[in-house]
Amino acid sequence: MNRIKEKLKADHKLLSIYFTAGFPNIDDTEKIITDLEKSGVDFIEIGLPFSDPLADGPTIQESSTKALKNGMTTTKLFEQLDGIREKVQIPLIIMGYFNPILQYGVEEFCKKCQETGIDGLIIPDLPVDVYNEKYRELFEKYDLINVFLITPQTPDERIKFIDSVSDGFIYMVSSASVTGSTSGFGEETRKYFKRIDNLELKNPQVVGFGIKDKETFDQATEFAKGAIIGSAFIKYVDKNGIADISSFVQNVKALT
Amino acid sequence: MSYQVDEKGYYGEFGGAYIPEMLYPNVEELRSRYLDIMKEESFQKEFKDLLKDYVGRPTPLYYAKRFSEKYGTKVYLKREDLCHTGAHKVNNTIGQILMAQKLGKNRIIAETGAGQHGVATATVCALMGMECIVYMGEIDIDRQAPNVARMKMLGAKVVPAKSGSRTLKDATNEAIRDWINNPVDTHYIIGSVVGPHPYPDMVARFQAVISEEIKVQLKEKENREDPDYVVACVGGGSNAAGAYYHYLDNPNVGIIAVEAAGKGVDSGESAATSALGKAGIIHGSKTLLMQTGDGQITEPYSISAGLDYPGVGPMHANLFTSERGEFISITDEAAMKAGLELAKLEGIIPAIETSHALAIFEDRKFKKDDIVVVNLSGRGDKDLNTYIEYFNL
Repeated sequence: MNRIKEKLKADHKLLSIYFTAGFPNIDDTEKIITDLEKSGVDFIEIGLPFSDPLADGPTIQESSTKALKNGMTTTKLFEQLDGIREKVQIPLIIMGYFNPILQYGVEEFCKKCQETGIDGLIIPDLPVDVYNEKYRELFEKYDLINVFLITPQTPDERIKFIDSVSDGFIYMVSSASVTGSTSGFGEETRKYFKRIDNLELKNPQVVGFGIKDKETFDQATEFAKGAIIGSAFIKYVDKNGIADISSFVQNVKALT
Repeated sequence: MSYQVDEKGYYGEFGGAYIPEMLYPNVEELRSRYLDIMKEESFQKEFKDLLKDYVGRPTPLYYAKRFSEKYGTKVYLKREDLCHTGAHKVNNTIGQILMAQKLGKNRIIAETGAGQHGVATATVCALMGMECIVYMGEIDIDRQAPNVARMKMLGAKVVPAKSGSRTLKDATNEAIRDWINNPVDTHYIIGSVVGPHPYPDMVARFQAVISEEIKVQLKEKENREDPDYVVACVGGGSNAAGAYYHYLDNPNVGIIAVEAAGKGVDSGESAATSALGKAGIIHGSKTLLMQTGDGQITEPYSISAGLDYPGVGPMHANLFTSERGEFISITDEAAMKAGLELAKLEGIIPAIETSHALAIFEDRKFKKDDIVVVNLSGRGDKDLNTYIEYFNL
């Protein structure tokens, strides 16, 4: 069974961490992954850097620019991930924009993901309609879960469609924003979380965008199965390096 | 086979809407309504009245006698340079501001490279009393100071794009991010036939007034609606889309697209997307774009800021790969020379973008009685500094 689906059965709220591959240094990928697993994170999103990340705020864009300058490429990332399954069991998801995947060759990319032990993909600019028509079979052939985003503006009908195409979890964007731009959740956001919860979707939801500490993690997971931290983690490693990743994770997980 | 957009938003294999889900409600609202709104009588009347009384349309179709004599063919210039604000860009911004009003939006955002589209957007926002935010690369703000001042005079807020290469593509990224962050009250006026469907088609339809007029004017002058060739420069490709529009499916009319070769197609400093690009995704559209083997979008170069874009509209990508269009690339040097030549032969100082289209006559020969319409997309006032420096004027 796909490791993501397995993990989603756990009876606690799930914490996912995003990092940009190749940042802060080109060879940090393996250490970040193994340390995150040791620290008790539930799954990991590996960011494949892109020159023009439309859905991301300045923090992730800057880390991507730096990663590309450091020499990160799709081929390089797969080289770094070769053998990672001998070291960690944690579910791994690659998050990247569609153009680099298209240039690598979508089938070749999926195949490589399966060989390295990647469990799922998040491709923000591959819309659900195009995926469903053109790429779904391919992803399923290589046992990859594709994760779709919903936002407070997504109409219920479309959410149900996305739910029907999804087979893992739904990435619930906390507010109308790019990554890294919110500060705490208000009543409006809580209502949205509740509204989605009431739709009783077949796929569990994991909240992303605006999660940065224990407080926002708890708010986000009041109704949802888990939450994803991205920009806050990038800021942390930018400032502190990758020597002590566990203290960042402990700060979020404390008392949960 | 048609070269117009199909019902799914594609030109052949190009186009579509490759957008993050956060943009879906906005883009879908526009997609589901733009054609109906454009068909409304009240919309058409307002659009046509403003093009006539405010923009100054129809723009003349001028027979360039001395230029024609020099190149041994019949060249007509479609004088978009005489539009209010100095270029064809305003045709689209008038259309889109009316569209925004019909959609109930009250905040306008736009991206700009050289500042022409930014000025055209700021102009219509002033006209309609709407809030206007223009994203512009930090580097472009420095090199296009007069246009920045014009936008400010018109009441727009100019926000520097500080990410990436700090030019047009990054300004576009920032505008898209703004739209993601403001999904309810904001309309994004894209300046070219790029971006997710329905933008390429909507912008082409607003610019189509250019070829609509050419047909009528050529009939008056030559007793035929169809020229042998229509020539236009292509960055994103909005003036070209407008000049070709009514001729796209007419095989008697040759379509010539002129791209910026910069310092030479193989120099590493070029914006000739058809020659250097590969199919991929940029700004929500599948099209030809300049990129690394790894799929990272690269930075183009041209002396003309308006052609300095790493992609090309999906309509043009399809014209190129289907070979419906003839694509020619012109270096900085040839373009500058052609701009100066038009000034001396016809008393018209063209924008450097447009100069690229004029430069093809040096090598691309036409028959004596061929009728060639060149879309004179903009005037050269904004480029005076570049002309001064280049020619030591």
